[in-house]
Amino acid sequence: MRRPLWILAVLLSHWRRHPMQLATLLIGLISATALWSGVQALNQQARIAYDRAAATFGGARTAVLVSKDSATFPQQLFVDLRRAGWPVSPMLEGRVQIDGRSFRLLGVEPVTLPSEVGNAPAVGRGSLQTFVTPPGEMLVAGETLRDLGLKEGERPQASGTSLPPLRVQAELAPGVLVVDIGIAQDILKMPGQVSRLLVGKSKGKSKAPHATLESVAGDKLRLVEPSAESDLERLTDSFHLNLTAFGLLSFFVGLFIVNSAIGLAFEQRLPMLRTLRACGVSARMLNTVLVIELVSLALVAGLIGLVCGYFIAAALLPDVAASLRGLYGAQIAGQLSLKPVWWFAGITISILGALAAAAASLAKAIRMPVLATAQPQAWQQAQRRWLIFQSAAALAVFAVAAALIQFGDSLIAGFAVLAALMLGAALILPMVLQIALAIGQRSARAPVGIWFWADSRQQLSGLSLALMALLLALAVNVGVGTMVESFSRTFLVWLDGRLAADVYISAASDTQAKQIKAWLHDRPEVEAILPGGRADTQLDGAPIEVLGLPDHATYRDNWPLLESTANAWVRLRPGDACLVSEQLSRRMKLAIGDHIEVPAPGGDWPLEIVGIYADYGNPKGQIAVNFAALTRRFPQTPQTRLGLRVAPDKIAPLITALQATFGLDDRSVADQATMKRESKRVFNRTFSVTAALNAFTLGVAGIALLTSLLTLANSRLPQLAPLWAIGLTRRRLAALELLKTMAVALITALFALPLGLLVAWCLLAIVNVKAFGWRLPFHVFPLQLIELLAVAMAAALCAAALPVARLARMQPATLIRTFVNER
Amino acid sequence: MLRVTGLTKSYRSAGEDVAVLRGVDLAVATGESVALTGESGSGKSTLLHLIAGLDAADSGEIALADTVVSGLSDAGRAELRRDRLGLVFQQFNLIPSLSVADNLVFQSRIAGRHDAAWHDELVERLGLKNLLRRYPEQLSGGQQQRVAIGRALAPKPLLLLADEPTGNLDEDTADEVLHLARDLVVRTGCGFLMVTHSARLAATLDRQINLHAGVIA
Amino acid sequence: MSASGTITRRAFAGGALALALGGKTFAQGFAGLGENAEGFAAVTPGKPFVFPVDHGPHPEFRIEWWYVTANLSDTSGAAYGAQWTLFRQTMKPGGPAEGWANQQLWMGHAAVTSATTHRFSETFARGGVEQAGVVAMPFHAWIDAWEMRGLDAFDAQHIAPIELKASAADFSTTLRLDADRALVLQGDHGYSRKSDRGQASYYYSQPFYKASGRIVIDDRPVDVTGVAWMDREWSSQPLAADQTGWDWFSLHLPGDEKLMLYRLRQKDGRENLFGNWITPDGRSTEIAASGNSITPTATTEIDGRKLPTSWHVTLPARGLAIETTPLNPRSWMGTSFPYWEGPIRFSGSHAGFGYLEMTGY
Repeated sequence: MRRPLWILAVLLSHWRRHPMQLATLLIGLISATALWSGVQALNQQARIAYDRAAATFGGARTAVLVSKDSATFPQQLFVDLRRAGWPVSPMLEGRVQIDGRSFRLLGVEPVTLPSEVGNAPAVGRGSLQTFVTPPGEMLVAGETLRDLGLKEGERPQASGTSLPPLRVQAELAPGVLVVDIGIAQDILKMPGQVSRLLVGKSKGKSKAPHATLESVAGDKLRLVEPSAESDLERLTDSFHLNLTAFGLLSFFVGLFIVNSAIGLAFEQRLPMLRTLRACGVSARMLNTVLVIELVSLALVAGLIGLVCGYFIAAALLPDVAASLRGLYGAQIAGQLSLKPVWWFAGITISILGALAAAAASLAKAIRMPVLATAQPQAWQQAQRRWLIFQSAAALAVFAVAAALIQFGDSLIAGFAVLAALMLGAALILPMVLQIALAIGQRSARAPVGIWFWADSRQQLSGLSLALMALLLALAVNVGVGTMVESFSRTFLVWLDGRLAADVYISAASDTQAKQIKAWLHDRPEVEAILPGGRADTQLDGAPIEVLGLPDHATYRDNWPLLESTANAWVRLRPGDACLVSEQLSRRMKLAIGDHIEVPAPGGDWPLEIVGIYADYGNPKGQIAVNFAALTRRFPQTPQTRLGLRVAPDKIAPLITALQATFGLDDRSVADQATMKRESKRVFNRTFSVTAALNAFTLGVAGIALLTSLLTLANSRLPQLAPLWAIGLTRRRLAALELLKTMAVALITALFALPLGLLVAWCLLAIVNVKAFGWRLPFHVFPLQLIELLAVAMAAALCAAALPVARLARMQPATLIRTFVNER
Repeated sequence: MLRVTGLTKSYRSAGEDVAVLRGVDLAVATGESVALTGESGSGKSTLLHLIAGLDAADSGEIALADTVVSGLSDAGRAELRRDRLGLVFQQFNLIPSLSVADNLVFQSRIAGRHDAAWHDELVERLGLKNLLRRYPEQLSGGQQQRVAIGRALAPKPLLLLADEPTGNLDEDTADEVLHLARDLVVRTGCGFLMVTHSARLAATLDRQINLHAGVIA
Repeated sequence: MSASGTITRRAFAGGALALALGGKTFAQGFAGLGENAEGFAAVTPGKPFVFPVDHGPHPEFRIEWWYVTANLSDTSGAAYGAQWTLFRQTMKPGGPAEGWANQQLWMGHAAVTSATTHRFSETFARGGVEQAGVVAMPFHAWIDAWEMRGLDAFDAQHIAPIELKASAADFSTTLRLDADRALVLQGDHGYSRKSDRGQASYYYSQPFYKASGRIVIDDRPVDVTGVAWMDREWSSQPLAADQTGWDWFSLHLPGDEKLMLYRLRQKDGRENLFGNWITPDGRSTEIAASGNSITPTATTEIDGRKLPTSWHVTLPARGLAIETTPLNPRSWMGTSFPYWEGPIRFSGSHAGFGYLEMTGY
């Protein structure tokens, strides 16, 4: 065992003499592992949260019985079903407002709750009785308790009544309040009503015999089978795919760094490896030790990368949580918790990545002859063959992308198009550069000029991986930047139309809303009172919102419609027509003139679609109807929301007066400007993760370019030395080198721009439509492109500066040595 | 101790086979030092590389003591180099990232033949005592070649092979280094085969063999 | 008191409910049988029993049960046992509240036993919403789809005829119970003393049922006939705090004589034997306080517990000396609060069959 250790020590001695090289190698591995595992940690965290939410008292994981119209139904049906042998447990769900914030209230029946419903309330000693007998107890997650700013045992106030004392139960999802069903019926003022019945699984081999559902409940109830995937998981898939794509991109860019660092180290250690072989180390032993060395380094870097990944994830988590809340209403805990499999997977990916990045160098080492033979000057033919092969591969990949655009119809296909585009572009980049440089060479007259272009072409093979990394990072930056900017513009215009009222009020109860309305009628500065309301129902098994809009010029003039019939707003008045959101129209393939039947408490409500509107940021499908019609069809709709038209200078005093008179807080009454500010804030947070990952990727690409140039700088001395010898100053040589690097970087960046715009188009026209259900107009932002071009050139300049400065200061002796050392 | 019989070797270059060695016979006895001379392209370095097992011959046989070198696999030849041969090159071929001390012990360590007393004697005789902590790039050519000779002789090989060991050294240094090498060869009793183009240096060894157009002249 | 170690006979365990809820901490002690009965009605001697009123629930008392065991056989003579039990517990004293705020908790147990198989099931319900309950007249006790219902010509003094139904995933029972004699008061005219410190219950039985019906195990129906025994008992604190469990026998003796016999075990190793000897004409006499004995003769290990499934029983004053053996030694009720309950046979001075229940092991 001593022998391999000695050889390993000799190999490692190289790094001691070249710490910068070791640093780049480690930085590459660390950044690859860190970004990848950071993103994985975020995804995992979110998935845990979805599971928690999904498992909350059945959620989507348990079969349930619901009424045909999704409304509540009398609990007598529960008793009847139990007495017919059905293992059902009642549940009542509603929302309560605490301090102007809305919480999901779940009333459960702990005695019949199926045991497989994971996080049933752990009712403590003697406390079944405490839980079920008034005032009862309200179980919440620790996060919810903190959100409320209350302690265990305290009783939050909702609409003037005291809710049960709080008690923490960790397994609960945030934002959910759990009480006994009887207590819930009191709080929600729905005596004897339940929302659904959870159907327990029978413990035995077969189902306990029970009467058919129809014989007990008639056609009042229908059975909804459990789904393996929760609604949240379905909704947020796209977001996580997005994150994963970024993680993967960063990973590969990180591996570009590793590749160039290992390539450099291998070149420099070539004489050492030959000497080792000459001194009697067998090829097999040497290769084994090389792999061991690499794996050890990957292990160390992987561990550091994981720690960094943890911190990246922890830093991004609040933004991710905000994004998910903003986009999908999904609640994610702010505390990162990781499973052991995450650590294991991170280390594994680091080692596999290192091996992949080092594959070329290792293969060279294995094939290396002991005797250095004269370098064949056939690089030109080899490079040409390789270029042609790569370009052919690129064209094939582009063909796949085109086919996917033509025939693909899923989010995955959308991302596959993106991946294919980027891969194809990366593969064809060397050819593009080759052609551009060849054109340059043909146009050059002076000998130094010809050498400049010719030498740039020869340099390509060494730089192409780093340039590919730069290309991809730039293209993604252009693409994502364009998408975010397009979204931002569209969103702001849309928001202006959507938030047309001047003041928004959310009353604590219908009674208070009536009082506020009466009070407002006597205020001369109030030009219009616009009541609003929202009901929940289901269309085709998916939850949708039904929005009530009053018949008023404010809406007719401002509410943004994507398409509509000529007299859409007039058509809404009778209550037999509706507008549908873009998401819903895409999901259900609805068009203007189509008819839908919306389940309502009094029976299905037939509606004709007269318009389609944008509803950005809403995970649920939505339809908009006349407000009066809504309250007729959904009598239980809370009528607590009011919009006001007020003369601009009267807004502030009116809000102050409202707050003083009705004790409304900032959350319950807000002016348009505040609402817009809030919406923009949510919007910006939504994309801050994207922006952060974007910046990371560009940074990593910059490092990749730097390490590649460092690698090249050393191996290029033999090419530069003769030029120096025939009379070019070091300074001139350095300037030429810098110019060459900038030239190829510029060509790459210019190539990245159209590619980035193509990426943006894919994101807007394919990925967004599949992921969110909306299609945004495509805009090009030239300023942004110029800015990015400048950033890219600055990155290339920084990366090239170090080796070039070294060249400019190089001792003549070092240049001379290149002649002496040639073997 | 070393016997080479009927050795041939040709290389393929620009689509044509070029015969470098055309049946070489050669013997070196224990304790004997032999100079291998010849003009550029005569095949003397190729012959040395074949004897060292760095390359495989087309035909013929190389035997070192009781081992037939030409019949060994790559791993077997590596083992032979490690345990029985010492190699010295024109370019010194020290490991730049190892100190002089580490370079010196390197081969004997991996051969598992480290002998502390012999090591100390080598350091003493080669005059490396004050250079042990330096790195190769901080040494003169003569110093580097002394380290290379020390590394080659540290495992007490049967045969020391040197390929133009003084080619990069000035005349005085060359004489000094070769003198040291000869002394140490005598001290260890191993055989010594040196490739050189210098008739003057060749004359200082026990026997001279001239290679011309791939055969012993 | 640990939940598993201290279960006593017919422990209607409020704690069991809590286990079902997923919390293992709820150890109110198998129903707080040994807990303070403050706020609940007390059991005192000399209560006049009134039927059918007393067939109904007594919510002012903490716990109560309707308990039927049946010794059955099919046409080929193979023996079976069946159990049907409804427990009631009041969680908190005070007048019954409406709806979900009601303090009553209900628990049902059902089981069938053959020589080779033992199947059981349990279910729970809150009071106040009609998922479970008992009505005295017309007699009806139910929880979910399990029920015990007075049939036409129901005689409150006989508490017969009644029909009894229970079903679970892998078994079901339907039995008709008839009785030609009046029910029997246990203990001292229905006052059943459990310790020297005032712990007692009201206790009456109908040991004279003739049973017929059908048992289904794994979709295989078997028509059965035999005898059955109903126990009705309610109390607020039937056990002393240091009583750990009990071994209870209901025996159908030759010549329509019946014997109810139980042993209460104490933490300090002492034990008390209680029982009533019932003659065919329904006369019920308490057995002597001393001189009688029950002794385990063989044990069966189930779930890591050693259960004395065979016994030697002597009542010298009655000339009774018998050996009992179980129909199925693995008649284990692995419910939220587990216990052993199953049919037995006996021989010796008397021969016949009956039921054995053992708790607190």
